[in-house]
Amino acid sequence: MSIALERLTYTYMPDSPFAATAVRDVSFTVQDGDFFALIGHTGSGKTTVAMHMNALLRPVSGRVLVDGQDIFEKGVDRRDVRRRVGMVFQYPEYQLFEESVKKDVMFGPKNLGLSQEECEQRAEEALYRVGLDAAQIGERSPFELSGGQMRRVAIAGVLAMRPGTLVLDEPAAGLDPAGRRDMLNLVRALHEEGTTIVMVSHSMEDVANYATHIAVLDHGTLAMEGTPREVFAQGKRLTEIGLDVPVAVQMADALRERGYTPPQGLCRMDELQAWLLAHLERRNGAE
Amino acid sequence: MMKNITLGQFMPGDSVIHRLDPRCKLGLTLAYIVAIFLVQGVLGYVFSAALVILVASLAHIPLKYLARGLKPLRWIIAFTAVLNLFMTGGEEVLFTIWKIRATMDGLRNALFFSFRLIFLVLGTSVLTLTTSPIVLTDALERALSPLKVFKFPAHELAMMMTIALRFIPTLTEEAQKILNAQSARGADFESGNLFARARAMVPLLVPLFVSAFRRAGDLAMAMEARCYHGGEGRTRMRVLRYTYKDLVAVGVMALYIALVVLEGVLL
Amino acid sequence: MEEKKQRAPLISVEHCSFAYEGAEAPAVRDVSLSLQQGEFLAVLGRNGSGKSTLAKLLNALYLPTEGRVLVNGMDTADEARLWDIRQCVGMVFQNPDNQIVATMVEEDVAFGLENMGVPTEEIRPRVQEALHAVGLEAFAQSAPHMLSGGQKQRVAVAGVLAMKPRVLVLDESTAMLDPMGRRDVFSTVRRLNREEGISVVWITHFMEEAAQADRVLAMQDGAIKMEGAPRVLFSQVERLREIGLDVPAAAALAHALRQAGVDIPEGILTPEEMVEAVCRLHWNA
Repeated sequence: MSIALERLTYTYMPDSPFAATAVRDVSFTVQDGDFFALIGHTGSGKTTVAMHMNALLRPVSGRVLVDGQDIFEKGVDRRDVRRRVGMVFQYPEYQLFEESVKKDVMFGPKNLGLSQEECEQRAEEALYRVGLDAAQIGERSPFELSGGQMRRVAIAGVLAMRPGTLVLDEPAAGLDPAGRRDMLNLVRALHEEGTTIVMVSHSMEDVANYATHIAVLDHGTLAMEGTPREVFAQGKRLTEIGLDVPVAVQMADALRERGYTPPQGLCRMDELQAWLLAHLERRNGAE
Repeated sequence: MMKNITLGQFMPGDSVIHRLDPRCKLGLTLAYIVAIFLVQGVLGYVFSAALVILVASLAHIPLKYLARGLKPLRWIIAFTAVLNLFMTGGEEVLFTIWKIRATMDGLRNALFFSFRLIFLVLGTSVLTLTTSPIVLTDALERALSPLKVFKFPAHELAMMMTIALRFIPTLTEEAQKILNAQSARGADFESGNLFARARAMVPLLVPLFVSAFRRAGDLAMAMEARCYHGGEGRTRMRVLRYTYKDLVAVGVMALYIALVVLEGVLL
Repeated sequence: MEEKKQRAPLISVEHCSFAYEGAEAPAVRDVSLSLQQGEFLAVLGRNGSGKSTLAKLLNALYLPTEGRVLVNGMDTADEARLWDIRQCVGMVFQNPDNQIVATMVEEDVAFGLENMGVPTEEIRPRVQEALHAVGLEAFAQSAPHMLSGGQKQRVAVAGVLAMKPRVLVLDESTAMLDPMGRRDVFSTVRRLNREEGISVVWITHFMEEAAQADRVLAMQDGAIKMEGAPRVLFSQVERLREIGLDVPAAAALAHALRQAGVDIPEGILTPEEMVEAVCRLHWNA
């Protein structure tokens, strides 16, 4: 499933003294099967862009095409768009409201008008996909769970609508290191199961480790776009925008300055490690 | 993104009216409200209009802006006028609709009560337009603090108002976020009958309440950590001092009230 | 460090346990620690490991169910000294939105001073000084909800700083911030520690922050499992991972290379040190 943004522009509170253009003339395409990362600092417009992907915001100008279909055209059912493009907001655990975990996950499918059995079956399946057991916690109150579990329930609530694309806004925010790794591995697993992923993030390490494609936003405009290799090869540009560069890239650059030749575009720690080992071995062999 | 909306309708400024002691402004506004109820005739409203125009121009508030405060109340004013027009008895009939008569006395009452409402709103608007909510809360606490002798919780009341003012933008933003999240799950807040719509609010209200309680708990903890223990022994950074300006303001108000009362007695 | 150890600790926690009402297991179990004047102590641990509870024991927000906590010689259970203890140990919490009380920045910074009953004429200079220390003088008249997350947290720091505390406890105060806000808050607190000599207890999930502390504690299930200088602690990669923690990226790489038989020294924390070590390897070989 692909999502194309064409010259997207969005202004908050237009025609008022408080009008603020959050996104200006942004175009890029999320291809089917991508693990697409949207990066930038707070206020760069990443969340605003993401909210257009499932029609929660309507652009002031420009188009949003989901599988080639303009979602703001007359006659397009916006609720169907929201089913196909699932959206998980930041700290999604704060949206839970039902008396039991299962009922909460069923909220989405119910809104689709599915039968009770179908809803239950989908809830169980979605809980399973996020690593939770419906038989064990399905009847418990979501408010009794730990923070990490609550977040998984909230993600299950979106997965239960069986979206082809999942948009996640900072899914690992506020988690501890192990929780963070678990959450990102969950997102990767969903990606491997065939879901197209769009992840909004400000962690360069996460983006370097997981994404297949990156768009960098700066002050509401598209600053850079490409594969992690292409984007991180321009470390200087990222620093100018005020973003971090992954530690592996920092070290590779520093090594290059000292006369070493790690490959251009190297951006993950495991790549750097493999290169260092190979390099040291070669050198030992040569001696 | 409701961030930029200023609370209440405070218009920041540095005019004489802005700089009056807020306790004084509060007291004078109360006196003005009482005076409005004492107005007996046309001349009284002329005095009132003169006072409002004088104060507004001193405060650099355009009259048009001031009048905007009436907009939300336009139906109440219209309703009062219509009610008075038709419900007042009297001999002189102006016109009749079906069996209901509008009398000359009715017209007089209609105008009289509408003006009363209009001047009430205009006068109090001057107060809120020239006094920030923080200062107003402060003034309220101090004005009410003599009542502490009678166990009146003046400090607690003011603290509650401050916290409410502080959290309105936060909770508004939060409500918007939850609304978005539930919309993304296919929730429909717009269609259906009244009952269906009320039910549709549950997914919005439950998380909002849960979050408000969590915030309240956090805030209480943070306040305690900063040595908060009620109004006892508390000092304040901001000091309120009466100046000669306040005396002049009291004088002007006294003159106005005297004129209104005189009109009532003499005419 | 050596001479600091000579003096009596500023805070000493002695065999403290704490259980929440109705909870089966205690949140903090038999914890003992001491904090020296001027020390920067980082506390690590998974969510639910008892870090926050421990923090709240340090300024009498909670009282230990067993053991005792002494702050500058005062027992936190001594109600008569409660306000002195809270003035001495200031606290900044996680959520920037839930700890600012007033509708204007300077009013909020003054809040603690007003509660302490500081004379009116002293309050404003102290508020200005505190705002200056966190670099927010220009925002004195702003409404808190107009600030960024990092700025809000610095307002909270200023609010505590104005009370002239000897210890700052920051309970995951950077967890909800973006990288820029996180750097802002961390460097502000680090500077206050170095320049003003204020002791800091810095609770965090970010290993890179902990790596810059004088000493690090790692907690699990309410108990202190590991303790030491960052270089020592972060070379115990396996043990840290066992309790759900991590090490700074450069330390992880150094560890992996060592495992593969490369002769990299222990105690590497930063990318610069790692690069230096690799280069030295080259020249030595």
